[in-house]
Amino acid sequence: MMERTVAEPSARRSRALEPAIELSGLRRDFGDRNALDGIDLHVDRGQSVAVLGRNGSGKSTLLRILAGLLRPSGGDVSVLGCSLPRETPRLRGRVGYLGHQPILYRDLSPRENLELAAALHDLEAPAARIEALLDAVGMRARAADRVAELSAGMKQRIDICRAVLHDPELLLLDEPDAHLDPEAREELAPLIAAGDGRTRLVVSHDRAAAADGADFVLELG
Amino acid sequence: MTGFAALLRKDLRVEMRTLRSLPAMALFAVSAFVIFRFGLDREQLEGELAAGVLVPTLLFAALLAINRLFLAEREEGGFDLVRLAPVDRTVLFAAKASALVIYLVVLELVAVPIFALFFLDSAAGLLPFALVLLLADIGLAATGTLISTIATMSSARDLLAPLILLPLLIPLVIAAAGAGEHLLASGGPDYGRFGTWLALLGLYDLIFLLVGYATFDFLLDD
Repeated sequence: MMERTVAEPSARRSRALEPAIELSGLRRDFGDRNALDGIDLHVDRGQSVAVLGRNGSGKSTLLRILAGLLRPSGGDVSVLGCSLPRETPRLRGRVGYLGHQPILYRDLSPRENLELAAALHDLEAPAARIEALLDAVGMRARAADRVAELSAGMKQRIDICRAVLHDPELLLLDEPDAHLDPEAREELAPLIAAGDGRTRLVVSHDRAAAADGADFVLELG
Repeated sequence: MTGFAALLRKDLRVEMRTLRSLPAMALFAVSAFVIFRFGLDREQLEGELAAGVLVPTLLFAALLAINRLFLAEREEGGFDLVRLAPVDRTVLFAAKASALVIYLVVLELVAVPIFALFFLDSAAGLLPFALVLLLADIGLAATGTLISTIATMSSARDLLAPLILLPLLIPLVIAAAGAGEHLLASGGPDYGRFGTWLALLGLYDLIFLLVGYATFDFLLDD
């Protein structure tokens, strides 16, 4: 039942040339309400983009569309060479998505949640990677506790581990600093940093922090 | 570990840890037997009455688990977890239906002996009836998982699941109760139309497993 896309070398070369994200006239409606209207965007591979905007300006909606979790109502959307929503299956497993709400089962431990995510991404021998990530976010001592018993900041650390576990080509981060203290932000920065050809879109309300290290800023609303 | 095995293990692990569904199902079934015993004022049941008490009781107990089946997926991001992974989304349907079959078998391991203790003078028909129940469990799990998915997307899920599910389960109840009527007859089991009822249950299972497989991916879309 598993499906996985393995690129041929020539396909990889052409991938490197194509943009990571290409949006033309992207629109998303929720009933009568228009959340996104005519968004155009071009992001090259390896670029880091800060997404800013007021509450309700469609930042989270944009990220969910780019992750393949939400269908656009109109316009052209291409992510990592996949035309959405038609080619969403080809995109799966190549995006690291961190949403508003953590994608973590409350009655499983952090380690069990990461093991489940690793199995769904068909990662080979994921134990070492999981332990390394738990170490990196300072959560190894609480790795066997139930997620329900953790603070919001601890859940955010584990959710970031889940988002980067499969070493995605594109990171879509919705307020990654939420609930994190300054020390935790520093600890987690290397995990979600741009680099190695990875592309990032980071939603934030903090203009200065978001613009820091970003190649450009996308302002919505 | 495959995606299917990981999702099934997750569900069983969470149930063993929290005991949210199984104890409620077992308690419901046993309470219903007690009520039937006093309500019918009978110490022994056989034939169609025995099957008519046992099969619907198990079905209504199953609704308790079906209503909760996708709660964690909806509230804790499990749907997104599957939608983001490079895995066929029908693994979630297969894992949930399998978990439900396991819950139902465990329920029956508790409830059927208690039913026999309360109402049956002979347990001779229970062994072949176990096969009927297993086939009914598979059909119930396939239909229940499908309808639970639809209901989970709605704010009226507690109402929607039984409202859509119960009419769909009528053929399954007719076949299971029909087989039970002959297997639990006084004077021992009668295998006259046993094969026909099994075939009907098998056909029901096949149809709803195929419908679930064909539509689940579509149901998970936003």
